[in-house]
Amino acid sequence: MATTTIKQQRTGRRAAATAGTGQRKHSPYPYWFYAPAAVIYAVLFLVPTLLAFYFSLTRWSIFSSKFIGFGNYVTFFKEPALVSGLWHTLIYAVLTSGAKVVLGMLLAVLLTSQIVARGWLRSVVFFPTLVSTIGVGLTFTVLMNPEKGLINKALEVIGIQGPGWLTNPSLALFSVALVDIWKGVGLATLIYIAGIVSIPHEYFEAAKVDGAGAWDNFRRIILPLARPATVTVIILSLIGGLRSFDLIWAMTRGGPGFTSDVIASVIYKQYQAGFYGLSTAGNVVLFLVVTAIILPLSRFLNRKEVDL
Amino acid sequence: MTATSAPAQVATPAPPVTTRKPRPNYWLSLIAIVVSFVVFVVPFLFTLLTAMKNRQDAAELTFTWPRQFQFVQNFLDVLQARDYLLIIAYINSTILTVGSVAILVVLSAMVAYVLQRRTSRWNGFVNFLVLAGLIMPPAVVPTIWVLQKLGLFRTMPGLILVEVAFGLSFCVLLFRAFISSIPRELDEAAVIDGAGPVRLFFRVIFPLLRSVVITVILTQSVFVFNDFVNPLYFLPGDENATVQLTIYNFYSQFTTQYNLLFMDILLITIPPLILYIFFNRQIVAGMTSGAVKG
Repeated sequence: MATTTIKQQRTGRRAAATAGTGQRKHSPYPYWFYAPAAVIYAVLFLVPTLLAFYFSLTRWSIFSSKFIGFGNYVTFFKEPALVSGLWHTLIYAVLTSGAKVVLGMLLAVLLTSQIVARGWLRSVVFFPTLVSTIGVGLTFTVLMNPEKGLINKALEVIGIQGPGWLTNPSLALFSVALVDIWKGVGLATLIYIAGIVSIPHEYFEAAKVDGAGAWDNFRRIILPLARPATVTVIILSLIGGLRSFDLIWAMTRGGPGFTSDVIASVIYKQYQAGFYGLSTAGNVVLFLVVTAIILPLSRFLNRKEVDL
Repeated sequence: MTATSAPAQVATPAPPVTTRKPRPNYWLSLIAIVVSFVVFVVPFLFTLLTAMKNRQDAAELTFTWPRQFQFVQNFLDVLQARDYLLIIAYINSTILTVGSVAILVVLSAMVAYVLQRRTSRWNGFVNFLVLAGLIMPPAVVPTIWVLQKLGLFRTMPGLILVEVAFGLSFCVLLFRAFISSIPRELDEAAVIDGAGPVRLFFRVIFPLLRSVVITVILTQSVFVFNDFVNPLYFLPGDENATVQLTIYNFYSQFTTQYNLLFMDILLITIPPLILYIFFNRQIVAGMTSGAVKG
């Protein structure tokens, strides 16, 4: 209370003193604090993003660019290898995101329940999030080696002929997705744990009095009340999945053939081949895909409030 | 902690709630520990063991105890490979990480501070830009074009600025959430004492941000150190390779020397591991709270 009156007095005095000379300049929160960040952000993020829309309409080499209309997009959508990249991106993103939601939720319930070594388990599940994606990718490339890899050796012991995880064209994308889930499930789990821990005790106590079992607790309390965590996990892992590049590049380089190519790896391949216009068109396609999926989805998910 | 998997009970007349503490489920714990060991620990152990083997032993790719330890030898071999490239790469990665994280911390704290404190018609627009930065994938080739025009392509300062531009959004969100918990009365008191905006921010507010600054430094260091895509595009070439690029190049070159490859993987896994051991809590807080706010 005291401070507010002081503030009023002060601003009153200041207003009287500086009336007419532009009091705005004296705000303790000047706009120029935005300036350095804004310059970097604008020059290296906004401008390139806007330029991308123009350059995607050009035939562009190192030296010159020539306007060719929608030629790059026509090429992009006519070339089966490139179109399949679009589908792979969607499959990869939905698959990894869905698995992270389900597994993250289950692990979080497990890791907030009465089991021993909870701290150790949490650390172990989370640690892969912090490790270099390239390192993880190369390690699993070796572990997934069809003849000598540890995974197939282990399967052999229990009498299963392991597949060529990364060499089988119809399997490669899913194998990479599996490693992505392995690496990313820890973050999803921790977000869910934060959500579950913040649920007030009273709900569980009331449910216990009513004779609710573990399943009822999960179905009627945790699932609806951990909804904000679910929204976060879905949005975050979808964004990550749609943009995913390094893991795929480390493990398969989009191969065998083009069977695990995603948009981000197509962008890199076209860039390396010197087709800058086509590469940028791929980038614009990626913008549009990400925006078209994330914006409506986040609006839809955030709108529905839980009532309990 | 909440007892989420409390065993189903018949409705007893409400027992004293504070004393309920079900016995830990030992069978479930045992299964969880074994599964987590196989799924999450074995890949790291495999890396460690292979890094200690000799060349022939490592080439078999088996999960066995090394027949002959040559940890130090492998370590030296990796360092010396291609004219000490890995050491140069470590220096480059350190410069990149320290430089970009330092700039990120100061600039994004300034943005978050004004954004949180001052309500104006700009807020909506700035918030939109922050979210756009989180969601939109960067336009790669046009960014290279801009960097070339500025003379910053293939230079370390260029890459540092790129990392700053792409990391700003996340940091602004972390800082904004924290600054909202600092009472405005503090600003007012400082202003009455005659502090200008710069003094107010750097002398009064910024020191109070210590805990969130630590969180930002940790999470961004891990992101930037592990970043592969941006160095690949914006700083190609061996002479200024970062560690993530060296490991990738090692793989293409030394496919027959798995012991060296895994030694390299081990070496780039150690920095995040050390950070995680010492700052477990702050890293987890940063990753999850930033995520929830976004």
